[in-house]
Amino acid sequence: MRELALHILDIAENSIYAGATQIRIIVEENDADDFLRIVIEDNGKGMDADTLAKITNPFVTSRTSRKVGLGIPFFKAAAEACEGAFNIQSEHGSGTTVEAVFKHSHIDRMPLGDITGTFLTLLIGAPDVHWCFEYHVNERAFIFDDEPIKNTLDGVSLTTPMVLKYMREIIEEGIRNVRHQTPVKVKN
Amino acid sequence: MPTVKSLEDLKRIREEALKKQQLKETSGKTEVIVGMGTVGIAAGARETLKAILDMIEKENLEDIIVRQTGNIGLDSLEPIVQVILPGEEKVTYGKVNPTMARQIMEEHVMGGKIVDEYIIEG
Repeated sequence: MRELALHILDIAENSIYAGATQIRIIVEENDADDFLRIVIEDNGKGMDADTLAKITNPFVTSRTSRKVGLGIPFFKAAAEACEGAFNIQSEHGSGTTVEAVFKHSHIDRMPLGDITGTFLTLLIGAPDVHWCFEYHVNERAFIFDDEPIKNTLDGVSLTTPMVLKYMREIIEEGIRNVRHQTPVKVKN
Repeated sequence: MPTVKSLEDLKRIREEALKKQQLKETSGKTEVIVGMGTVGIAAGARETLKAILDMIEKENLEDIIVRQTGNIGLDSLEPIVQVILPGEEKVTYGKVNPTMARQIMEEHVMGGKIVDEYIIEG
């Protein structure tokens, strides 16, 4: 993967595959303490202790279509390559939380990349999931919960052109505002 | 978090979308599916999906459902895009980059003509 945003997409796909109905993604960039932290938290079927212990091994996967699972080992390696840390917690029947921390200024740290594209892909591509996205840069935050939007839409498809435009603009603008350190305000 | 104002806007968008739906006869919806497994993502599936969404927005394409699926099991042919026109068989395309995705949207989804050169299975 060339971007951390692609790793996030990949890990969140695991959550969807695990039957999660709620997935929260937190991305936190902090200059003062020099870290970038990523959390993907789901309420999917989780894993037992045995599988969890083996999950960072590239030759473990729950999938049957292909024998080798590389998503989590890749993400772990990316964090550990830049003085970071990787942690995965899971309980059978109650969900999984993946956390990766990177030294922000480390020369080998992959760029965060197109986080807007990742959020939009998940939101549109897996509409049955209740998504919460949080993007923090220092003291600023963009917090997006798709529930009020879906309630308002009341069955109208997310891929209706005007709805798509609306979703894209909210996410693009929310992320831009956090990055550019302008007042936190999501307008339309 | 969307402000109250923006949800009001969304309500208006919803009303408009519903009006449009009522004007049209029920022709069914076209489904576009993008494979979003690890290999697909590494091969550029997110950009392919984005190109499809951009086309829907720019060309104002109504009645299309876009969704993603996990690993399709054809790793060397990722990114994979499948198109199902109402009442027709699923068509699977392989190694679909954003340019090809736009072409598939134009010729197959909008024009009803399968893009033979990118097909990988019936």
